Amino acid sequence: MQGMNIATTRGSKRFTYVYIYLILGILTLLCAFPLYIMFINATRSNIEILNGISFLPSTHAVQNYHTMQSKVPIWHGFINSTLITVPFTLLAAFFSSLTAYGFAMYDFKYKKYIFGFVLGTMMIPMQLGLIGYFEFCNYFGLLDTFFPLIITGAINTGSVFFIKQYTEQSLPVSLMEAARMDEASELDIYWRIALPIISPSIATMSIFNFVFCWNNYMGPLVLLFSEDKYPLPVLISLVRGTAYRTDFGAMYFTIALSILPIIVAYAFLSKYLISGLTLGAVKE
Amino acid sequence: MRLRNANNYGYLFILPFFILFFIFNLYPIFYTFTLSLHEYDGMSDKVYIGFENYSRLLSDDYFWKSIFSTWRIWFVNIIPQIGVALWLAAIFTFNRIKGQAFFRAFFYLPNLVTMASIALLFNVLLDWQNGFINQFLVILGILDEPINWLRIPSASQNWVAFIQFWMWYGQTTILLLAGMSAIPTSYYEAAIADGANKTKIFFYITMPLLRPTLIYITVVSLIGGMQIFDIPMVLTDGAGAPEASLQTMVIYLYGQAFRFNQYGYGSAIAYGIFVLIALFSFIIYFFIHKKEEV
Repeated sequence: MQGMNIATTRGSKRFTYVYIYLILGILTLLCAFPLYIMFINATRSNIEILNGISFLPSTHAVQNYHTMQSKVPIWHGFINSTLITVPFTLLAAFFSSLTAYGFAMYDFKYKKYIFGFVLGTMMIPMQLGLIGYFEFCNYFGLLDTFFPLIITGAINTGSVFFIKQYTEQSLPVSLMEAARMDEASELDIYWRIALPIISPSIATMSIFNFVFCWNNYMGPLVLLFSEDKYPLPVLISLVRGTAYRTDFGAMYFTIALSILPIIVAYAFLSKYLISGLTLGAVKE
Repeated sequence: MRLRNANNYGYLFILPFFILFFIFNLYPIFYTFTLSLHEYDGMSDKVYIGFENYSRLLSDDYFWKSIFSTWRIWFVNIIPQIGVALWLAAIFTFNRIKGQAFFRAFFYLPNLVTMASIALLFNVLLDWQNGFINQFLVILGILDEPINWLRIPSASQNWVAFIQFWMWYGQTTILLLAGMSAIPTSYYEAAIADGANKTKIFFYITMPLLRPTLIYITVVSLIGGMQIFDIPMVLTDGAGAPEASLQTMVIYLYGQAFRFNQYGYGSAIAYGIFVLIALFSFIIYFFIHKKEEV
């Protein structure tokens, strides 16, 4: 796909390439600029920021950290986010692969309709059932707990769809039949034979699910009330209104700290994420 | 023989998912509809009022305004987003670009960062006197004096659209690239043999064959764009300031239900949003389809 190089006349070639790299450079700058300024300003004192801009870091990161710590329990936010996101991702991995495997490898009655139904519900906006969900959780005393945020991992239709596609392409039926000859139970076949083969797709979806849950703002905003239970996004959004507004350095530092883990993780995982994107979306 | 029996195990594999799906997804959706037929503040008993919430919704100026704001933000972002992504995808497909993988990965990065953090970051960057953006634009001589962006309705909407653009053009590029690379090379070879130039090839071969991908991207973006919440919520006061210009449909829903405890009316808004999204998706789908025939 790369470098097909069709029909470029030689004369204009060099000019075209200068122009292309120029625009790519501008887009890269545009992409990086807000984040770069954020990291720079996270190291500058409030007074330095009020006095003007700088493209080089300063020396006040530690001071900003202390100011932040006295005002926002950000480590608490990290812990809460982890306590919600890890079980959510595990539930999604388990239930999605189980369901996807059921759809991919068995040929039961009404399968097409049932699967079509699942696909159809993917189009439903998340907020449609939100108030009902809130009332439901209220009735069972589940408000202000992590449970309603975690359990939705088990009903992740996107993952079911993605893993099903992958399973159909990668798992030969003959392998299952051979295992049945050896009197292996159906659950054994899934657990011992299918899972290792389809695990790349589960891993890819897990990264996406982790990111989705980690970044989820509206869910915890509606379902949690106590500040000591807030995950990172809700905690961060509170920073806007607090007295803390007067210290820009500390504010930049807080935002930078909340974003840093994602950027570090992305440096290692970008390959899987990008290939996963196109696998799930375009193939019909 | 065993195979035929084994097939019914499929039900067992999908059963746990469906039990949870009915309890935690479908039931709340139906329950929300029931609530939309009631007046309910969360404290006193529910009062059945039929479709009164819906007729109220139809004559609610704030709701109409929120539809308009949501559309405007989406529209201002999707046009440049698809434009830039198409350009990038074409450049990456038809030229030997060094560091292509790097650029792709880089442009996609903003999409993963927590939206609440991004919104807060822009809230600080756009600060009137002390924000980086104003300071920088004044130094460059583009502005004579700082602009209080987040007090101007249209400017606020444009900035939200810009953030959306910034977050999504990388992903759109990747999807378009995949769509373009799925086009068989033989088509291009045939066109080159016929003496077609680059521009012609792009408009007469790439674009028509890319239509399914474009439809997919536009409809998915629309569904997401109509639900925009995090960015406008955190960027200003969380209630759609300035002058309700950032009060998107979902922020309005959130405010009515969880700020003013009007759960019945909020539920009607939820269904209103759902119907609108379905309607808009169909319109876009048919619009792009019809264009294809011309």
